[in-house]
Amino acid sequence: MEKSILVLLLAGVLTACVTINIYFPAAAAQEAADQIIDDVWKIKEGDAKAPSAASEAPTQDK
Amino acid sequence: MKLTWIKFQTLIKLLVAVMAVFTMQVAHSAPNIEIDTPAINALKNSMQARHGQLAPFYGSGAIGLTSNGLIAVRDAKALPLKDRQGINALVASENTDRSKLYQEIAVANGHPEWSSSIQDAFAGRWIDKAQSGWYYQAAGGWTQK
Repeated sequence: MEKSILVLLLAGVLTACVTINIYFPAAAAQEAADQIIDDVWKIKEGDAKAPSAASEAPTQDK
Repeated sequence: MKLTWIKFQTLIKLLVAVMAVFTMQVAHSAPNIEIDTPAINALKNSMQARHGQLAPFYGSGAIGLTSNGLIAVRDAKALPLKDRQGINALVASENTDRSKLYQEIAVANGHPEWSSSIQDAFAGRWIDKAQSGWYYQAAGGWTQK
């Protein structure tokens, strides 16, 4: 009797592990996609195509 | 009888502890998809560089975003004659990089079989982030954003 309960419990734990491995983290995948697309398409940098080197280092006349 | 009951209780406690550890691991690892690997960064840089060439073609409608996370030539007539030759090669290179990217992300996360799910996730996001005026493939064919 107790043995069969144990077997069931162990089976349950093992099933849980398998389920964890199959699960696809869809939300995380979308976040990853967003990050990569923003980089590839250069989104989020003020939309303007201002060359960053020029804007960061304004010419200094002495 | 009493002894086995105590053993049984100990075993249950052990199982609960094991499950707790698994739960913690899941809670810790699930929200992250690894995308910071040399292979992924190399593909990203290659695509970023190519985007400069592709951007005007998205804008003119010569190429568009497909529903499966790739790109395709939509209307070669929208192109100046001089660009019509090169566009196919450009689109092919971009699609090779994109396919490799989806595969590399799956591999980097220890699940090569996730590649098509990752591709699906990207497909929706490319279209969501596309500029207005660009074309994408929807159920009814090419649609302008």
